[in-house]
Amino acid sequence: CDPVYFTFVCTSFIHLWLCVSAEEERKVKANDRDYVCVPKSHFCCIPMNFIFFSLILVQSNCIMTSKYNMLTFLPVNLFEQFQEVANTYFLFLLILQLIPQISSLSWFTTIVPLALVLSITAVKDATDDYFRHRSDNQVNNHQSQVLIRERWMNVRVGDIIKLENNQSVVADLLLLSSSEPHGLCYIETAELDGETNVKVRQSVSVPAELGDPNNLATFNGEVVCEPPNNKLDRFCGTLYWRDKKYPLTNQNMLLRGCVLRNTEACYGLVIFAGPDTKLMQNSGRTKFKRTSIDRLMNTLVLWIFGFLVCMGVILAVGNAVWEKEVGSLFQSYLPWDPPVDNFLFSAFLSFWSYVIILNTVVPISLYVSVEVIRLGHSYFINWDRQMFCSQCNTAAEARTTTLNEELGQVEYVFSDKTGTLTQNIMSFNKCSINGQAYGKGTSREKNTERSKRLDFTPFNPLANPDFCFYDEKLLESVKVGDWHSHEYFRLLSLCHTVMSEEKSEGELVYKAQSPDEGALVKAARNFGFVFRSRTPGTITTTELGRTVTYSLLAILDFNNIRKRMSVIVRNPAGRIRLYCKGADTVLLERLHPCNQELMTITSDHLNEYAADGLRTLALAYRDVSEEEWEVWSESHRSADKAVDCREDRLAAAYDKIEQDMMLLGATAIEDKLQEGVSETIALLSLANIKVWVLTGDKQETAVNIGYSCKMLTDDMMEVFTISGRTVQRQEGDGVAGDDQLQGSPCPLPPTYLMDNISGEFGLIINGHSLAHALEADMEVEFVSTACACKAVICCRVTPLQKAQVVELIKKHKKAVTLAIGDGANDVSMIKSAHIGVGISGQEGIQAVLASDYSFAQFRFLQRLLLVHGRWSYLRMCRFLCYFFYKNFAFTMVHFWFGFFCGFSAQTVYDQFFITLYNIVYTSLPVLAMGIFDQDVPDHRSLECPKLYEPGQLNLLFNKKEFFICIAQGIYTSVVLFFMPYAVLSNATQSTGVPLADYQTFAATTATALVIVVSVQIALDTGFWTVINHVFVWGSLGLYFTIMLALHSQTLFRIFPKQFHFVGCAQSTLLQPVVWLTIALATAICIVPVLAFRFLKLDLKPQLSDTVRTHLCVSVAITTVIPRYFAVCLSIHDFADFFGALFKGNSPIRSIFLCEILRNSCFFFS
Amino acid sequence: MMPTSYEDGHISVSGAGGGSMPGKKPENTAFKQQRLPAWQPVLTAGTVLPAFFIIGLIFIPIGIGLYVTSMNIKEFQIDYTGVDMSSPCYNCSQNFSWNSSRPCACSLPFYLDQPYDSNVFMYYGLSNFYQNHRRYVKSRDDSQLNGNQESLKDPSKECEPYAWSSSKPIAPCGAIANSMFNDTLELFYNDPNGSKVQIPLTATGIAWWTDKHVKFRNPGGNENLPAAFQGTTKPVNWHWPVYELDSDPENNGFINEDFIVWMRTAALPTFRKLYRIIQRKNNMVPTLPRGNYTLEVVYNYPVRSFDGRKRVILSTISWMGGKNPFLGIAYITVGSVCFLLGVVLLIIHHKYGSRNNIAT
Repeated sequence: CDPVYFTFVCTSFIHLWLCVSAEEERKVKANDRDYVCVPKSHFCCIPMNFIFFSLILVQSNCIMTSKYNMLTFLPVNLFEQFQEVANTYFLFLLILQLIPQISSLSWFTTIVPLALVLSITAVKDATDDYFRHRSDNQVNNHQSQVLIRERWMNVRVGDIIKLENNQSVVADLLLLSSSEPHGLCYIETAELDGETNVKVRQSVSVPAELGDPNNLATFNGEVVCEPPNNKLDRFCGTLYWRDKKYPLTNQNMLLRGCVLRNTEACYGLVIFAGPDTKLMQNSGRTKFKRTSIDRLMNTLVLWIFGFLVCMGVILAVGNAVWEKEVGSLFQSYLPWDPPVDNFLFSAFLSFWSYVIILNTVVPISLYVSVEVIRLGHSYFINWDRQMFCSQCNTAAEARTTTLNEELGQVEYVFSDKTGTLTQNIMSFNKCSINGQAYGKGTSREKNTERSKRLDFTPFNPLANPDFCFYDEKLLESVKVGDWHSHEYFRLLSLCHTVMSEEKSEGELVYKAQSPDEGALVKAARNFGFVFRSRTPGTITTTELGRTVTYSLLAILDFNNIRKRMSVIVRNPAGRIRLYCKGADTVLLERLHPCNQELMTITSDHLNEYAADGLRTLALAYRDVSEEEWEVWSESHRSADKAVDCREDRLAAAYDKIEQDMMLLGATAIEDKLQEGVSETIALLSLANIKVWVLTGDKQETAVNIGYSCKMLTDDMMEVFTISGRTVQRQEGDGVAGDDQLQGSPCPLPPTYLMDNISGEFGLIINGHSLAHALEADMEVEFVSTACACKAVICCRVTPLQKAQVVELIKKHKKAVTLAIGDGANDVSMIKSAHIGVGISGQEGIQAVLASDYSFAQFRFLQRLLLVHGRWSYLRMCRFLCYFFYKNFAFTMVHFWFGFFCGFSAQTVYDQFFITLYNIVYTSLPVLAMGIFDQDVPDHRSLECPKLYEPGQLNLLFNKKEFFICIAQGIYTSVVLFFMPYAVLSNATQSTGVPLADYQTFAATTATALVIVVSVQIALDTGFWTVINHVFVWGSLGLYFTIMLALHSQTLFRIFPKQFHFVGCAQSTLLQPVVWLTIALATAICIVPVLAFRFLKLDLKPQLSDTVRTHLCVSVAITTVIPRYFAVCLSIHDFADFFGALFKGNSPIRSIFLCEILRNSCFFFS
Repeated sequence: MMPTSYEDGHISVSGAGGGSMPGKKPENTAFKQQRLPAWQPVLTAGTVLPAFFIIGLIFIPIGIGLYVTSMNIKEFQIDYTGVDMSSPCYNCSQNFSWNSSRPCACSLPFYLDQPYDSNVFMYYGLSNFYQNHRRYVKSRDDSQLNGNQESLKDPSKECEPYAWSSSKPIAPCGAIANSMFNDTLELFYNDPNGSKVQIPLTATGIAWWTDKHVKFRNPGGNENLPAAFQGTTKPVNWHWPVYELDSDPENNGFINEDFIVWMRTAALPTFRKLYRIIQRKNNMVPTLPRGNYTLEVVYNYPVRSFDGRKRVILSTISWMGGKNPFLGIAYITVGSVCFLLGVVLLIIHHKYGSRNNIAT
């Protein structure tokens, strides 16, 4: 399959060559593989395969997600790696080092670390790519039936393919025929958009006459269609066959990645294959996310570069002065190197020499160490048993390894509701039939009220045993034949769009577009009104054991504006009846006046249910006379055929017949909260993380869920509800809005605001109001208001708005955001938030695929953030502080030495020491700290969520901390240079040989440095596991071992030039003065740090220190936690908001304003 | 740098649940669950303050010991650069040239007010001499110095411009060897009875053992050095070829200890190098009795050009080497500061120490 990669390149050339304009359309001919689509508009519709053999392959179905193969790996990977600025920088250094006049260090000091870094990355890339190869191969070698049996990758455009039930679709197909009646076929699109419900596709109307598969082999239609694109819901093309044109739409397409369901077999023509398919076109690279630490780190690295250049300039100036004043006189001993003829040139060269020596302030191993640490943290997330869901057997998964420490800085969590906070398992819980309420207890009350679960099996053999209901009165009323109950369940069994699948007699499986509908149909089934099957014209049910077939006259579809759906059916007796179910707000308005009394009772029930957090629907019916039906169906038909405003006219037609209905009752469905949701939200809000719920659900449900998961509480001072109307109505009612404004002058309510400046507030805003709030001039006010509230719930929002809200907070609050969701509608929000979390649960895998982390239950979020995130942040910060410190301590010694060696870029240390310092002597202890450190145990950080705050405030690593580290590093370097300088300059060995020779000095300084940084890491490490011990002591041991080895006679005898430090280790390390110097330097470096840390701990302990010191602090913690939002909702936040509203004059604004005020007044009263 | 995203641009098409691997339950090991047993040190008053006192209590006695030891060491320095007109070496120092054929001699009288017991070490010290300059440090060929025949005949490029002289390879090559210190220093005791007694100076045992026996070797053994160095030429500044440095074959050529000492470059521009050892004769007589001495200098080494200084140092030695008062003072200072810091922190802790720590 490798040639495909090559042909990507080829095609692009061919495209260029063929035509400059973009591709406008494609042509495909059935059963003609060689008639390869001609990608151009007009002039070149010719068989192309003789022009370029490779072009054919483009049309193959082979996909390629891997990046390399055996041959291309090395060059391509190296090329990619050298696109990183840091790697290129080190390559540049390497080249500098090859110039003898500049080279202050041997080439190997740079090439060894560089090679190490490059190879670690290469190994990682190779592993990743290996897995991609494996999955590609797996996919490409699936079998598929192309009239002949073929592998997936050999399928070509123009082939006609046979699909069987439960098979995945191979390529983008045009549905030609289906085994099901009317050319229908059913698909599941979970791979594509995450929706698990079954969707209907219909074959092109005419080839249906091809019915017989054998005829398909001779089918030679030609398709002209749009070029490949990534729009999943749109397709536009024309089929030409036997001189006729047939329009093609998305309804005729089966896209790659779908799975065929409930359909025995179908045939399709391959339109797009392989990389052209919509699935593959959609799998573009996800936006690469960087953490704020990353960005800070890059800024700091740039600063360090600046610092490096400054030091280089200072030393170069020093060199110029020295060469002029001293060096020129010193020439009889030390002449200038040939190309150097004056001090300025010498200074210029010395600048570069110093850039080489001092480059270790920007350590090459920084980035690779950061990657290793993050990888370690990701593994810890994957391995965490406490984030493993045993019900669905899913472990948490860190899908991105670059974001871990950002998890410790989250301030805003944006959560989807359905499937994320709730289980998305609907259960029919209560109902009200003809004014009589049935059903006891929601699952939340179950523990208190132990009622008997109803057993339906003796009564109804078709009952589903999973169904729970707790009120036998209802069953009794069905049994005794109460008309209203019967009609109620009949409605539930008829008025829906559920598909049924009957595998064997009585074994019914329902496929519902929404889980609510499924729950209702299931309830009707258990109460004896079993929905069996449907055809476009009929619905078959079993009513109390008797099979009845209704003819389905019309389905009046559900949409968000109508908020209701109806069916009109004719029963076997010939009576026509309309059944309607819908939101109580719309349905209750359309009842016959005689329902007044029943309506009052039912409304009470509905309010009761809503207060319990249940999702409610009202049910009604209407008898339609034959004449009325005739008239209406005529008007419906004309509306249906209308060309313009079809939607509006249909809605008007529907509206006409959905009048004067008789109320049957109401349903209450419980969407169970996931386990631990309210605790998690409470904990997150204690950790000062603001949770916003963004849901497509309606306001009432959202508010109910808000209450049941304790986001909204009765303690709140206010819950502001902003629920504007639809855009259309606002425009239409513009005048009315003005009237409203004048008629009911909204008094600015300063009094109560003044009185209540403290307290907690909640904000509920719906999608339409949100659209206005997100307008450029309103968004600042919206953000400041919303952020002042403890709980924010946005309901009825579109996926795009979800992303907009996230972007808004990112833009205005500069805070780290996390979005969590489970469905395809959450993908945009997951992608735009800093961190996206996918719930790997019910609604397909689209959200998971787009996410950075995935797990099965919302409650794992607390562990992900408060434990893993917090640790990651802490470890990364400690790691970075130490890393910069140790490199400054190491490098700055050269700077000081410069003043004593004529600014000649002489290094203080042995070259081997410089090579190995960062990659061997000091890398492992700090890595161990970066991976394993813990300041407090995990359960503590869950018990004291306040511990999370330093991350949000960015306290542990910021510019100030960075400067402190740098200052400490520089201080250490001063001590490390001047202590040996002061001691050794006059000291001698006990044999009288002076100690101030260069090699002894180098060995002493290096040893002191290694010991000082080891002591420092020992101080920094708060959690000494075996591994830390091994690494710290091991590194020290390794240092002395390697030093003795490098200074040994053996190596010197082989390479006398490289290992000229021979004997230095023994000679130096045997001198008591050297050890006294090292001890002195260590004490001078460490004592101030120790004193400083002790003072900080003693006088201003952080919460984590307190928790760490005293393991039972729960009492202290509760007193430490302040009251959130106590005073933070200052009056002027709201005043600003209102002020901004008053400044605007548009009617929309005015309505918006009045809504706020009315609602707030309502809530206040 | 390296973006790590497992699923970058990769949609798994492997059927249901392809994204999240419904894997098995993670293992319950202490490592994977991050519950490894660990020591968690805390900086409390109970650990930090004693540490300060202990450091103080250890450092102060060490410092006192070092200081006393250092004070007992006798050291005498004399500058013979000849900067002043009054200096006996003034005339010699005016000679800026390396290759003056006539050696210039001068003698400096000095007085030791204390007798020097035990072995006395005689150093020469140079100031403002940048032996640690990068170009200087690298200007040598260790392979040649180790007796390698090829390097002898073809010195390393690092030695430039002192690798070749009149198309003959220089042995030893490089700027270090070329600028070897070549003053001759002799010490005379002016006996009160008027006679001048030359003090015997030992020229061996002044270099590192490894240098003398491992690092530096003559090409083809120590015998018949002129033949071994056949075809090479002396460094341009030298008066004699390398095989005429000493008459003792064990101290000649590359293994001449004066040469080895010089080749061990100094770390700082002011340095001293061991020149000779004055061995103690017997326990009765001090090595250098109190009295007048004369330092006879054959002044070859020009330093005035770069404002350098030359001096001679006589010093006795103890277990910790030569006179080094700084170390003792530093230890005493650091020890006292630690101790004081401990006291201050103790007071602070008692007065203002966080009460949070007491909450339980």
